[in-house]
Amino acid sequence: MNHSRAELLVLRSKTKTMRWHRPALSESSFRKILSIAGVFVLLLLVAIFFSLGIASFPSIRNFGIRFLFSSTWDPVKSEFGAFPFLVGTLATSFLALVISVVFSIPISIFLGEYSAQGSVATFIKSMIELLAGVPSVIYGFCGLFLLAPLVRALEVKLGMAPYGVGIFTASLVLSIMIIPYSASIGREVISLVPSDLKEAALSLGATRFEVIRKVILPYAGSGIVAGVLLSLGRALGETMAVTMVIGNSNFIPKNIFSPANTLASVIANEFTEATGSLYLASLIELGLVLFIVTTIINLIGKLIIRRMGVGE
Amino acid sequence: MKHVLSFLMTLVILIAATGDGTAKEQELIGAGATFPYPFYSKMFDVYSKEYGVKVNYQAIGSGGGIRQLTNKTVDFGGSDAIMSEADVKEASAPILHIPTCAGAVVLTYNLPGNPQLKFTADVIGNLFLGKIGKWNDRRLSDINPGVKLPEMNVTVVHRSDGSGTTSIFSDYVSKVSREWKEKVGTGTSLNWPTGLGGKGNPGVAGLVKQTPGSIGYVELIYALQNKMPYGMVKNKKGNFVTATLAATSKAADINLPDDLKVSLTDTDAPEGYPISGFTWILVYKDQGYGDRSEEKAKELVKLLWWMTHEGQKYTEPLEYAPLSKKAVEKAEKLIKSISYKSSVIMK
Amino acid sequence: MKEPWIRRRILWDKLFKAVIILLTFCSILPMLFILFFITSKGISVINWRFLTHLPKPVGEMGGGISNAIIGTFILIGIATAFSVPIGMLVGIFLSEDRRGRLASLTRLCVETLQGIPSIVIGIIAYIWFVVSTGSFSALSGGVALGLMMLPVIITATEETLKLIPESLREASLALGVSYPRTILKVILPAGISGILTGILLSLARVAGETAPLLFTAFGSPFMGLNILKPINSLPLMIFNYATSPYPEWHTLAWGASFILIVLVLGLNLFTKVVTKRWKVQF
Repeated sequence: MNHSRAELLVLRSKTKTMRWHRPALSESSFRKILSIAGVFVLLLLVAIFFSLGIASFPSIRNFGIRFLFSSTWDPVKSEFGAFPFLVGTLATSFLALVISVVFSIPISIFLGEYSAQGSVATFIKSMIELLAGVPSVIYGFCGLFLLAPLVRALEVKLGMAPYGVGIFTASLVLSIMIIPYSASIGREVISLVPSDLKEAALSLGATRFEVIRKVILPYAGSGIVAGVLLSLGRALGETMAVTMVIGNSNFIPKNIFSPANTLASVIANEFTEATGSLYLASLIELGLVLFIVTTIINLIGKLIIRRMGVGE
Repeated sequence: MKHVLSFLMTLVILIAATGDGTAKEQELIGAGATFPYPFYSKMFDVYSKEYGVKVNYQAIGSGGGIRQLTNKTVDFGGSDAIMSEADVKEASAPILHIPTCAGAVVLTYNLPGNPQLKFTADVIGNLFLGKIGKWNDRRLSDINPGVKLPEMNVTVVHRSDGSGTTSIFSDYVSKVSREWKEKVGTGTSLNWPTGLGGKGNPGVAGLVKQTPGSIGYVELIYALQNKMPYGMVKNKKGNFVTATLAATSKAADINLPDDLKVSLTDTDAPEGYPISGFTWILVYKDQGYGDRSEEKAKELVKLLWWMTHEGQKYTEPLEYAPLSKKAVEKAEKLIKSISYKSSVIMK
Repeated sequence: MKEPWIRRRILWDKLFKAVIILLTFCSILPMLFILFFITSKGISVINWRFLTHLPKPVGEMGGGISNAIIGTFILIGIATAFSVPIGMLVGIFLSEDRRGRLASLTRLCVETLQGIPSIVIGIIAYIWFVVSTGSFSALSGGVALGLMMLPVIITATEETLKLIPESLREASLALGVSYPRTILKVILPAGISGILTGILLSLARVAGETAPLLFTAFGSPFMGLNILKPINSLPLMIFNYATSPYPEWHTLAWGASFILIVLVLGLNLFTKVVTKRWKVQF
């Protein structure tokens, strides 16, 4: 019985092959096509890098390395320097990171250790995933209309200029946006901690808290750091939400309530109208700097994750 | 899977095909100044209903208009800033400045009670240089007797994008304040000594509206439409003038050069508003560049003619000053000089 | 009978758990706030007119977002048409060739591509498509979005196909089915749920993207069906209206935000349902 069935299947597949048979794609040509696809991606990345480099060349040639340290951004005199934007980018991203970590690590611990299954866990997990799904421009919109007035009231209380927008507001919005990235990776590494290690500690009389503190966190530590790094990479490149609430000032911010600009937001604001090719080249050079910085941070994060063997 | 893909492909191809099928229906693309945007958006809406030609104008700032026209990614640019020499050189072909109306740049502010304030030239300069920190500063209260100025911090709001409104404003302040001229200068994008940046006239108006104690510069219609107070400005002849249609027209009533590239700020007219300016549509004089069709060039010329003639009736309801007869005459000459390859389009 | 110091350790344990639970639930609050505000402010704006009319000139009442909705769909349609075939091919390549040098290099490139900020993609699309063709177009915007979808689709395809057991492939090859056909008609369909998840999730992400469209799609007050011309989209419209000072435009922006969130979250939910249904168990 089985034999004839198998024969039937073989016959059917053979007829199928025969009926549709124009000279079928041979294995080697198919593999070649696949390789070409791979090369395409390679070329794509190289092309992106070169396009950015070539387009920013006038600026690189003109300013050299002092572009990164000069704090003048003067389109009238054609003097450009990236320093205020580097400060703005790093300030907002790191502040956002600090705030987000306060929430994402507890979430990772909660979902990885305390409540890994069940409806509560599913609910929390979905909510966190939704946070990642909300478009950036909506975060900016809500930040501008819901958060900025609150920050303004705070600034009035503190006796500062009631901007409402600025580094602080941008960091708050950014921190909410990047929570899901570090939370999900953190959760995965925590749930991967071998249970025999945990059980050994518990059987020696440790409380849950002590197990987390002395076994889980040290073990998963580097994975959590990697997740945090990836959320940093995301924060550095975030554009729309930040542009809408950062105040758009091309100066080095004086304190966390000052308006500022990040690499991404100044490009968004000034790109379509940069008159003068040096101006445009300088903006593109900012894009190049952003590209390099985010790539390095992302690759470091991914490297750590791969070393830890997490299925990401 | 395959079916989904082929469906998507068919959809995309169909859409692309329908697009090209409507070749008769022309579409003109323009970009630039936010200064005249309320006026343009109304005009183009009417124009599309009357003539069936869709004019897609995106208000991205005068700097954007100049840049995109130089890149030849748009059919025309809108700008309230006269193209600088560097810009002209980069454009590589002559660009005509055709004025469409004149407008006023007003100083709008956010103070409790919306008092009516007066400003003088050096006070404006000092405010935007960041040298006047509080609203109840002597320099402000001296020219505003009878107004109770609060002890609030002054927050300056300026443009974050390349703006012709900035150009008009800074042109005026440069004329009346030497310090401003040296420190900041004139242009579409400036190295502002202080303040928040808003995108476009709407962005500045929005920020001023939301930030107590702030002051910014916007085109008149933006202050009116948002019911925001704006100040009277002392002009060259010593009169405090409120920005109105009439005052703007008086400032525009001067001897105009043939190429119509002229600034209207710091006017000599006794009742003229000192921070006024033209806004222009920028087009290439020779429309036969790239793969532009003659038909498109004709449509553009028709549009320009309409904007300077029938379209003028939409200026006044929006508080823009229409072009004077002299200005229209000179504009007609410019439009008639637009050519396609080697022959003039409009006879 | 517990010693005092044991009691203290237990106390710390309970305190810690309480803090963790508190912080976890606090982090949900922003999401709930956002959903609440957008729904309450946006839903009152939604009516048939809103969904089917074009926007009105500045300062005039009424007006709708029909061109933005259609524009969003056209843009993600172009992005999908561009990224799905190439993405799946590269994903297949990477899952077939685990060790080779080209494959490792490609994998590195894919990871790098994934991390590129959206504004940089916008710059690239501007240089490659807008300056060269001399016009803004839906096509350039769609390709920019497609570039953002590509790495996610590649990774999803690769990871899904890696999980399919060898035995399926061997069985097919043993029955005489050619290698290309095995991959395309046996292996690929088996992994459809995972691949589709990747496609739909990246779709949901780019539907809400604004930055790459700033310099490519340009925006338009008209209904745009021609992909070689500028086009409007929901995120672009929200950005323009939200940063304006007109209260009527703000209201429109809330309504458009509501539609966009429904679209994006709906896609996410749809993905979950589809994954469960179509998942092939081994």
